[in-house]
Amino acid sequence: MTKARARWLLLGPAGLWYAALLVLPLAVVLVYSLGERAPAGGYAPALTLAQYANLGSRWTAFQNTLVLAPVGTLAALLIAYPLAYFLAVKSNPRWRTALLVLVIVPFWTSILIRSYAWIFLLGGRGIPALLADLGLGDIRLINTPFAVLVGIVYGYLPLMVFPIYVSLERLDKRLLEASSDLGAPPWRSFLQVTLPLSLPGVATGSMLVFILLMGEYLIPQMLGGGKVFFVGNALVDLFLQSRNWAFGSAMAVTLVAVMLVTVTLYMRFLSRIGAARDDVGLM
Amino acid sequence: MRIYALAVYVFLYLPIGIIALFSFSAGRSASQMQGFSTQWYAKALSNPFVIDALKTSATVALISAILASVFGTMAALALSGMKGRVRVLFDALIYIAVMIPGIVIGIATLIALVTVFDAVNPWLEAATGWRLSMGHGSLIAAHVLFTMSLVIIIVRARIEGMDRALIEASSDLGAGPLATFWQVTLPMLAPAIMAGFLLSFTFSFDDFIIAFFVAGSETTLPIYIFSSIRRGVTPEINAIGTMVMGASLMLLVIAQLTLRRGKAPGH
Repeated sequence: MTKARARWLLLGPAGLWYAALLVLPLAVVLVYSLGERAPAGGYAPALTLAQYANLGSRWTAFQNTLVLAPVGTLAALLIAYPLAYFLAVKSNPRWRTALLVLVIVPFWTSILIRSYAWIFLLGGRGIPALLADLGLGDIRLINTPFAVLVGIVYGYLPLMVFPIYVSLERLDKRLLEASSDLGAPPWRSFLQVTLPLSLPGVATGSMLVFILLMGEYLIPQMLGGGKVFFVGNALVDLFLQSRNWAFGSAMAVTLVAVMLVTVTLYMRFLSRIGAARDDVGLM
Repeated sequence: MRIYALAVYVFLYLPIGIIALFSFSAGRSASQMQGFSTQWYAKALSNPFVIDALKTSATVALISAILASVFGTMAALALSGMKGRVRVLFDALIYIAVMIPGIVIGIATLIALVTVFDAVNPWLEAATGWRLSMGHGSLIAAHVLFTMSLVIIIVRARIEGMDRALIEASSDLGAGPLATFWQVTLPMLAPAIMAGFLLSFTFSFDDFIIAFFVAGSETTLPIYIFSSIRRGVTPEINAIGTMVMGASLMLLVIAQLTLRRGKAPGH
């Protein structure tokens, strides 16, 4: 058996999988997005842009996603950065790995159960009851945009901390010494040395979180209670309840397109401000 | 700074901790802690729906993790040191498989498979009396797409960090390519493959959104939990949730330990 043939045999199953379960399904979605809804639900062949023209009827879902995904990403970033900084710079090296693992572990456990925990905490008998006991009156938390944001930050914080930690940890400490030897106060060293050098980590983390948030379904479903609707929730409704495959496909295509455009713009913005892309994996 | 870090850790672990705590409540109310008992665990484990869902989830996770590890490792081996169009094509496919939202993968797989099944079934039924339908098979197929890509990324990183001198030494000492593979390459890759396997299992076991679309009439554990939560919060769900989290945590610890051992010098 030649080397080249062995290589094709090794690639065979993966190639088959990508062709049958990635390329074919995505092509089907693209084709269906140009079709029509069959009277009984499902798909009827057609060649029309009518579904795309109709996207406006689900504008709220896009609006919610395009507002809450960036806001959620920003909130996660603001909470994650100081923690990553603490882990990389200030923490005791002996405990560093353990502390980092403690941050990442929740990400690999069920997001369903972690969101459920917040239904519990934000629900009527959770934090609002505690606040009422303190005399803060009747506050509603569950099924609000705030609850969805809490769920987002809770769910994706680990994914933000890790890349920032990696870029801060790689930072050459001698640069900070040089900065302070040249008379810069600590805050100035941070703003002019540490922060710019950690931007690749910030960029990677933000992008990972943002991409996942664009397709989010569970968090708005569970903590937004159908009132804070994302594109993902609209998609579930279109495919599993109203069985409008053509319109749903158009919406899915648009979601992926919006994602690609935003990510490309973001990358271009980053390369303009000089933060090169960093190859930090998921774990 | 320390206090801040502590606060974030509390934020990360308190909600999970509360669920775990309340799962041991002796009372019927999910939101009040009354006494201590393990009755909700007993109740969950004697609920036939829970057991069925658990079996489905475990079977699907095991099979898809095995397939993902085998196919992913094979692909990673073939792609290492490869250049040209095929390499670029596979890199793009891996990237797309990891980056496209799970919900889109779920939808796309659902409508593609339903379309293919509808086309094939009349013919297949006439020939064999069998019909294709959504279920275990479609779940495994969809999970393997994502987890296989994960395994390729992890194993390839390991191959790139591998000491080539050992492979050359092995062949200089007269070992054939197959012997070198079994005795040198595979043992060196084992920790990465194992970590990939465990992460794949965890992903498949915890996945809700893809399963929601492609599971057909099967109920996985996350789907069962999701539909129970819709009916209200109960101590039984707290118990199931705690068990699921516990299982994932255990697998993660094992994954971390295997990867760590693989990275230790001289091993």
